[in-house]
Amino acid sequence: MEPFRSLSAPACPLGLPNVDTDQLIPARFMQTPRDQGYGRFLLHDLRRDASGALDPAFPLNDERFAKGGALIAGSNFGCGSSREAAVYVLVDSGLRCVIAPRFGDIFASNAAKNGLLTAMVSDAELTALLADPDVREGRNVSVDLETQTIRTGKLSVAFDIRPDRKQRLLNGWSDVDMTLSHRAAIDDFVMRDRVQCPWAQTPALRA
Amino acid sequence: MGDQHNAVAAGAPRTIIDKIWDARVIVVQEDECLLWVDRHYVHEGSHHAFAQLAKAGAPAARPDLTFGFADHYIPTRPASGVDGVRMVDLLAKNTAAQGIRNFGAGDARQGIAHVVAPELGLTLPGLVIVCGDSHTSTHGALGAFAFGIGASEVAHVLQTQTIWQSRPRRMLIEIGGVLPEGVTAKDLAIHLVARLGADFAVGHAIEYGGDAIRALSIEGRMTLCNMSIEMGSRLGIISPDERLFAWLAGRPGVPSGEDFSHAVESWRALATDPGAVFDHVVHVDAREVEPSVTWGVSPEHAAPLSGCAPDPSGIPDPLKSAAAREALAYMGLEPGTKLKDVAIDRVFIGSCTNGRIEDLRAAADILRGRRTRISGLVSPGSTRVRLQAEAEGLDRVFTEAGLEWAGSGCSLCVGMNGDLLNAGERCASTTNRNFRGRQGKGSRTHLVSPAVAAASAVTGRLTHPADLGAR
Ligand code: SF4
Repeated sequence: MEPFRSLSAPACPLGLPNVDTDQLIPARFMQTPRDQGYGRFLLHDLRRDASGALDPAFPLNDERFAKGGALIAGSNFGCGSSREAAVYVLVDSGLRCVIAPRFGDIFASNAAKNGLLTAMVSDAELTALLADPDVREGRNVSVDLETQTIRTGKLSVAFDIRPDRKQRLLNGWSDVDMTLSHRAAIDDFVMRDRVQCPWAQTPALRA
Repeated sequence: MGDQHNAVAAGAPRTIIDKIWDARVIVVQEDECLLWVDRHYVHEGSHHAFAQLAKAGAPAARPDLTFGFADHYIPTRPASGVDGVRMVDLLAKNTAAQGIRNFGAGDARQGIAHVVAPELGLTLPGLVIVCGDSHTSTHGALGAFAFGIGASEVAHVLQTQTIWQSRPRRMLIEIGGVLPEGVTAKDLAIHLVARLGADFAVGHAIEYGGDAIRALSIEGRMTLCNMSIEMGSRLGIISPDERLFAWLAGRPGVPSGEDFSHAVESWRALATDPGAVFDHVVHVDAREVEPSVTWGVSPEHAAPLSGCAPDPSGIPDPLKSAAAREALAYMGLEPGTKLKDVAIDRVFIGSCTNGRIEDLRAAADILRGRRTRISGLVSPGSTRVRLQAEAEGLDRVFTEAGLEWAGSGCSLCVGMNGDLLNAGERCASTTNRNFRGRQGKGSRTHLVSPAVAAASAVTGRLTHPADLGAR
């Protein structure tokens, strides 16, 4: 996974609360193999009008934000299903950072495993960022993970992120390698558990 | 989720959340712990993870603890799309290559993972259970520590049978008193999301307790735990009790004879200790809960069925007010509309929330001897539920009333198999998510209990069974 350290790019002011994973990628696109690219599915139905044409008033359809960078969302972004495709659509669109007061928990953990920063700010800071002239004009905003700060020409906002997610993003670790370094502890656990909890280790309904 | 500072002091009273965590943890680190995974359920949507596994060239670590379920894409009626078959086949191929048992098309144990695994007794108290699906919280009704994970985590579990997690904060939602007559577990779930909010429990594991929870059937408990994720919590759990042990006894995956008594003894000890400390406690009086229905596009957009769609100008938070205005516009509802006046086009009865035999019986009780004004689909949560319902003649009650009887799967809950509403169609649905377009592009969903769905089919409006005239 590509590590995340910092970013200097436009930040799209979306601002909607409760953007769920069904909006991020409608279910009908999820059969697609990943290597075919998911960027084209991002908020597919929400950014279009009833006739299926891109709605020019929708922030992500503004060409200043078309190259990706950061997204300023509303509270509870990524709530709903566990579909990791909701992260793929953002990453494949060139987005590396989402800023919001709260995130769907599974979404945030999926994001950290795909190099996408989920930066938590307060409701008041969100309002300030959405109204910031640099943001609105599509000028670069800087995001630094080490110091947990977002900067525009006018504002400097500290953001929150869970420490494990921060570490994972900074290091770009592969979880599996880290886990397998604990192989001996895992084997010990299984040996003990076979005796203590046989119904767990050996389901009565065998595979 | 919290951190290791959140651990309980040795010897202090513990919650069931702590007890399972402490028993299944392998490696303790500051930010995250490595947990053993006792059961891993995969489905057609797990294809991303199997692709990652293939790319890594790694075999599944414990195929014997992994089970496949054809649910999201499986066709449930002749008109379902053909793409689903391809996805069901892909799951069969991926699981077979790893030696994983798969309950696929034609298997008597086919059905929605969150319905089948409990009914087979694969889900047991005290186990850590994961699945690449957010409604894995359902299994907490059986005293399991069960939560949904993403595709990268599914690939990790396949390769290691473990998962890195940080210890969740603990939340107790205590429902005191008795639910009023005609109020179901589904009404309670919708009521809680509306009252507390869709992001209320982010970072927390919820334990549901109190007299009203003890009085719920195991099926009702599953309905409630299912919708924990609609409050932002990955995990809802209920301490095991005698009612649960009686429900588990004799199921194929449950130990039998002396092994069962031994297991029950250890399951009994899992229940939260008196005096255990939670990070957050909420008290709710069951008597305040009414039959409930959603009016918008988030499960928190809900109200009593006896109430009205809100006036967004009365909502103080500007973002929430704007969201409510857009939700009402999407739903085609005027502020202040009486919910009982809302005309609907379709009903859907099924899903991992309300696709169990008890749910079908509740709906059939309303429909027996009545005709529906609108069309609708009934999809049992599992093949086993379907066969049971057919043995009881429930399928004929539904078809004689005018609804379509389908095979088992996720079906119209998410529409991945091609069972979809048309744009603008309004559905009273026993599912768990009323997101925009969830049941098809432009579809409008009202979440309800099975009894309300059935009564609404009879009148063509959102209706409580108590308001139906004589048959
Ligand atoms: S029934 Fe609906 S909510 Fe449940 S697993 Fe299937 S798609 Fe998800």
